Amino acid sequence: MRNASILRTTHPALNLWLMAGWVGLLLIPWYGVEDGFFSFEWLFGGYPFDADFSPALFLMLAGKKLWLAPLFPLALGPLFVLGRTRTDPLFAKVLIICGALGFGYLIGQGFSIGLRGWQFGWLEALFGPLGDRQFGMGYGAMLVASAFLFMFTQGIAARGAVNGDIFVVGAIGFIIAIVSIFVFFPILNMLSSAFITEENTYSIAVFFDKFTDRRLWGLGCLSGGRCGAAWNSLVLAIIVGATTTVLGLVFALVVTRTGFRFKRILRAMTVLPIITPPFVIGLAIILLLGQSGAITVFFADLFGIRPTRWVYGMPGIIIAQVLAYTPIAFLVLIGVVEGVSPSMEEAAQTLRADRWHTFRTISLPLMRPGLANAFLLGFIESMADFGNPLVLGGNFDVLSTEIFFAIVGAQYDQGRAAVLALVLLGFTLSAFFAQRFWLGKKSYATMTGKGDSGMHPLLPKGLAIPVLIAALVWTAFTLVIYVMIVYGSFVELWGVNNNLTFKNYLTAFSLDFSLGDRMWTGSAWDSFWTTLKIAAIAAPLTASVGLVTAYLLTRQKFAGKNVFEFGTMLSFAIPGTVIGVSYILAFNVPPIELTGTGIILVVSFIFRNMPVGVRAGIASMSQLDKSLDESSLTLGANSWQTFINIILPLLRPAILAALVYSFVRAMTAISAVIFLVSAKYNMATAYIIGRVENNDFGLAIAYSTTLIVVMLTAVGLLQLLVGRTRIGRRTALLQTSKTQKVTR
Amino acid sequence: MVERQKSEPGTDQQAASVEFRGVTKIYGKTVTAVDDISLQIATGTLVTLLGPSGCGKTTTLRMIAGLEMTTSGSVWIGGVDVTKLPATDRDVSMVFQSYALFPHMSVLENVSYGLKFSGFNKVDTKKRALAGLDLVGLADYGSRLPSELSGGQQQRVAVARALVLEPQVLLFDEPLSNLDAKLRRQVREEIREIQQNLGLTVVYVTHDQEEALAVSDRIIVMNNATIAQDGTPRDLYEKPANRFVADFIGEANNLVCRITAIKDDTAEVKLGPYTIKLPARGMKEGAAYLAVRPNKIVLGPASATNAIPGKIVRITYVGNHLELTLSTDLGDIFAISGNVDAPFRPDEAVGVTFAAKGPVLLRD
Repeated sequence: MRNASILRTTHPALNLWLMAGWVGLLLIPWYGVEDGFFSFEWLFGGYPFDADFSPALFLMLAGKKLWLAPLFPLALGPLFVLGRTRTDPLFAKVLIICGALGFGYLIGQGFSIGLRGWQFGWLEALFGPLGDRQFGMGYGAMLVASAFLFMFTQGIAARGAVNGDIFVVGAIGFIIAIVSIFVFFPILNMLSSAFITEENTYSIAVFFDKFTDRRLWGLGCLSGGRCGAAWNSLVLAIIVGATTTVLGLVFALVVTRTGFRFKRILRAMTVLPIITPPFVIGLAIILLLGQSGAITVFFADLFGIRPTRWVYGMPGIIIAQVLAYTPIAFLVLIGVVEGVSPSMEEAAQTLRADRWHTFRTISLPLMRPGLANAFLLGFIESMADFGNPLVLGGNFDVLSTEIFFAIVGAQYDQGRAAVLALVLLGFTLSAFFAQRFWLGKKSYATMTGKGDSGMHPLLPKGLAIPVLIAALVWTAFTLVIYVMIVYGSFVELWGVNNNLTFKNYLTAFSLDFSLGDRMWTGSAWDSFWTTLKIAAIAAPLTASVGLVTAYLLTRQKFAGKNVFEFGTMLSFAIPGTVIGVSYILAFNVPPIELTGTGIILVVSFIFRNMPVGVRAGIASMSQLDKSLDESSLTLGANSWQTFINIILPLLRPAILAALVYSFVRAMTAISAVIFLVSAKYNMATAYIIGRVENNDFGLAIAYSTTLIVVMLTAVGLLQLLVGRTRIGRRTALLQTSKTQKVTR
Repeated sequence: MVERQKSEPGTDQQAASVEFRGVTKIYGKTVTAVDDISLQIATGTLVTLLGPSGCGKTTTLRMIAGLEMTTSGSVWIGGVDVTKLPATDRDVSMVFQSYALFPHMSVLENVSYGLKFSGFNKVDTKKRALAGLDLVGLADYGSRLPSELSGGQQQRVAVARALVLEPQVLLFDEPLSNLDAKLRRQVREEIREIQQNLGLTVVYVTHDQEEALAVSDRIIVMNNATIAQDGTPRDLYEKPANRFVADFIGEANNLVCRITAIKDDTAEVKLGPYTIKLPARGMKEGAAYLAVRPNKIVLGPASATNAIPGKIVRITYVGNHLELTLSTDLGDIFAISGNVDAPFRPDEAVGVTFAAKGPVLLRD
């Protein structure tokens, strides 16, 4: 039955993409539609003859934008080889040539011709002045570009790359293309400005001048002064990375390996900070420990000392970041801790290792990939965090805020921002390489195809008690923080007028049903709905891109894999501020014109949060034995079907983590967003920061509280939706019910 | 459609032959896992790839499956060149050493998995899956999870899952290595029976020579990435091609000897004071090796003239025979005596001779 497929001359995937390409050329407006494509107003505004909405074909017929003409023969070529088999060399050759030329030409002409005709002087010299101009590309162009890209990858696959696997080659090509366009292009675009002088020429001296700045590398704090932002960021990130990893492990251990009765509550508690906009924790810490904070005032009255501003600076930022990022470490570690095969631990116990030895010599080393990932995430998150240093930093400068002020402040120094970004990038990349070095080439796969029947041992007593205490203390502290947030949202004006009121909520979320369609009278509704919509669109996209990438990295061998991994992880090492600025610079002008749209927000979220999906996916996938995929392949499923039927169901915890994380991050992110929001697409966090700047703390906190509740609901729904995978491991519960099963 | 090679008469239509033509597999740049091997596996036969670990047998199997691609050379299944085809597109299924049962699917779902992708409708899929489970005697276990089955049952599910696809070639990668000894014999007989009843082409990888001898139509012995010998179990046992095969299949004493004369394809072989006449197997006069199975060693009185003088070092009683270690000038010799009541004693001097039929001359 399968034999028939060997020599078939039908190519469903190719047909699909050819069709998409031709639809893009013939039917869909080539350039971006100003009022939004999905309003479909363009259908009634003179389509297809009005040049603003014309598909490429009609542009040609009207004699406009003639530079699009070469795309037609290139899209025509593959139609002639459709009747040939995959193994026919001509089939591959035509696809590769047409695909590569088409894609390359499309990109090339996009960058060559802009709003004012030719973009480069030498092109004008070569071809003479151009009477026409071109705007940002639209869905027509996007479809055609995708069609050419996948034509190319299918050609490569037909020539035998990656065992001739269409899905894998296509996925690799797709990820490379989008990462290049949305990560490398804007970053390179921006970093080149590190070498630009005020006269718009390039110079290395400018770079070194800015790089050796004392504000960056100064060590004044050792002698009572101020240290450079680079040292501050580094020390902060190491402390936060280590602390969150340890705390994350503590929680993962409590949940999986102790008899602690309230595990579920603990599990739920750890999700709280992750659904909180990061600067809200900063605000709560001010309410608690700031100069007029509840605890500060209490102790000041008790001991008769003056309240100080000790929390502003490093201590405050550490507390806030540890609170904010421990749950991320937990989410990464829980999968790994659960994934350690119980039989390994049982084997150790039978080899006369006691529980402590088992934990130290078997469980812990097997968790190494997870620990390294958790540390890396905490480290990078801390480096990139922008909200907490902004709220709590005081005189403590870190790189991310410095970048923000270099761009937004009075200095407006793009070059300095770029240099700072380079330093930041250097740190995060070093951490990335250090992690790879530490993990080395050891294999950590413990879950094999055989159903693993065993139970995780409990933690040794000497460890369990301190672990439990740490978890409880941390939990209590978190609770207090949240009580403060909720309480603060009902307070009229903190520290001045402590009366309780609903005013804050009413201003933000009032409804007036008498107004019918315009009943959303509260000031926050606009940004609220936008945020929900953008987050809901971004989350599944982020999770899919992340998991597909993880799959390619763990399961496939192909040339340039290391570069590929590097590229996909890079966007995570770039702080949001840099992403925001670079996106503004790169996507404000054709060929890709996205500023002021919702798309740019979605795109920035995808590439900011994708690495979390990748990391979570890699960590879980490296614990799935490869023979599972292989047996699926030999049973006739192709790699796409294997991915859907085998890998994804076994990765449900990772999927949940990726979905939750990307949704929540999209709702709570601030650093990139603040550059990318527009009047039409304002996000909740940007709106809240605006309120904070106006000293309207009450409304800001009330809005944040609402967001937290909404996200809690969303996380709960997702958990229900994705469900838990039955791995078939015998738990204590299953074992007791087993006897019943047999008698049944 | 390229016409498929005609099946050999009398075999099942579904099964197909396998052929390797000069296949080499190199990992990275330097590690040669398989070095220029050519082999043919006839339709409807069970052929075993046998060898020590690291000899390239599993790589060979995975190249048949399409899980590894050849570095050079071509792979043919059923007369069609499949060298470039990935596993998905080859009509081959495989039983993995770890079974690789999908832990999140029930037994029935596992067995139905491949059928889903082969174009069967729901009713047929279920019917065939149940028939497959019935074939391996697990018809009542469809709703269980793999982790709720014993090792032997899991193994049979893995076999059923591969069988129901009626593949052109069925591959087994050390399928019995996770089973206990008693079960092993039972399961291998089941596999052989199913293979013969359904006329399947089966390629079977193992490092256990007894398993290979018992189950195979033909055995391909591999060593150091090449084929050491290819033949029927009896061929390999009785006419090993070299010392490696002689020792790997059923143990042999490899002794240095000298061929003193050859006449009418019979060689006169000298081992110390002992002279014996054996089939020459195309060898010339000069130094050679002699492989003698332990059960072909005959112990006589120390006074015998045409014999190798030796001394009994150790006697072990193992129930149905005695195992003896002898010390001679040619080195230690391992012998088996069927007569458990024979009055051997340690340190006793004996004259060692060989049975007339059994010892084999080897070039290297």
